[in-house]
Amino acid sequence: MSGYGFALALCAIVVGLLYFLLRTRRIQEKYAGIWILVAVAVVILGAFPKIVFWLAALVGVGLPANLLFALAIVTLLAVSIQLSSELSSLEEESRTLAEEIALLRLELRTPPRSASPGNKVPDDSETGELPRSAQG
Amino acid sequence: MSDMHDEPRLLIIIPAWNEEETLGDVISEINEKVRSADVLVVNDGSTDETSAIARESGAMVLDLPFNLGVGGAMRAGYKFASRSGYSNTVQLDADGQHDPGEVNTLIRCMAEEGADIVIGARFAGVGNYSVRGPRRWSMRILSIVLSRVARTHLTDTTSGFKACNRAAIRLFAADYPAEYLGDTVESLVIASRADLRVRQVGVEMRDRAGGRPSHSPIKAAVFLIRAMFALAIALSRPRVSITAEKASA
Repeated sequence: MSGYGFALALCAIVVGLLYFLLRTRRIQEKYAGIWILVAVAVVILGAFPKIVFWLAALVGVGLPANLLFALAIVTLLAVSIQLSSELSSLEEESRTLAEEIALLRLELRTPPRSASPGNKVPDDSETGELPRSAQG
Repeated sequence: MSDMHDEPRLLIIIPAWNEEETLGDVISEINEKVRSADVLVVNDGSTDETSAIARESGAMVLDLPFNLGVGGAMRAGYKFASRSGYSNTVQLDADGQHDPGEVNTLIRCMAEEGADIVIGARFAGVGNYSVRGPRRWSMRILSIVLSRVARTHLTDTTSGFKACNRAAIRLFAADYPAEYLGDTVESLVIASRADLRVRQVGVEMRDRAGGRPSHSPIKAAVFLIRAMFALAIALSRPRVSITAEKASA
């Protein structure tokens, strides 16, 4: 078995796995996109390795393999930065949800306010109509 | 049936994470010394009796489902203050370090100086609170930089004893960082850049009921690096402007 055949087989497995994960909605398209691109690129390079030599000469990299490594590192870096940024926005979203839940719980515990927004109601839960068992 | 502009309404916000030992005393002291104020405890995902104790003491309680840190707890508190129409808030620690009797000092300073935010500062000549060694120098550097950003003289930028007016409440309800030092350093940068007036007033601090500030040089160095990082990020952020009207009261 040649090295190219091995690379092609590996790519086929990656594409198949991504397709399966997408189909069962276990990853969203926006995360799978870059991996599918990578897999397709590797398939093309595996089938036509001359492209790498041509590209390496074009950008002035002496060893074609080094170009591949560099590209692979940059791709992985891009993916992990994307994940960090998605994670940050998820944390911000869950923080906002946590706040809203806390505010809603407090609102449930306090007796309903009258129409005037500034009308302060004493926060004595005994006077409320809510059953005490409703408290978390 | 009072309209919300009739009289200023003061909310004292206490972020609390597992503070069952000291919280009860703090709340009863507030009820005794600042009778006009409402008290809101933001229970930051405590695993002890913090929430129950706060409710028994007659405070309103925001129960966060998990720990968000002081900044997270405070933004929840500011959201509540903003939606309930409070005109002023004072943030006060649950560990008994801040004297509730000084709340009026902050509010008075706010009125006298026309400030939007007043910091209760530990090193402003009042009281005998001191931090020594490298940590002190870190805090000095922070003070110097933030004094320039806020265009006023600040000596204690990491103090958690702060009063806000309506404009500041509305700003912080929308934007209050939860990151390390975000609740102190970065929030001051955000406020200054939104053209809020920041002032400080000296207050006496008491010893914390538990734990002493660390004097380890390594921890102080880590503190300084993280503080500088937080500051650099905060200063490079795009400006936010408050859509809220600038409260003149």
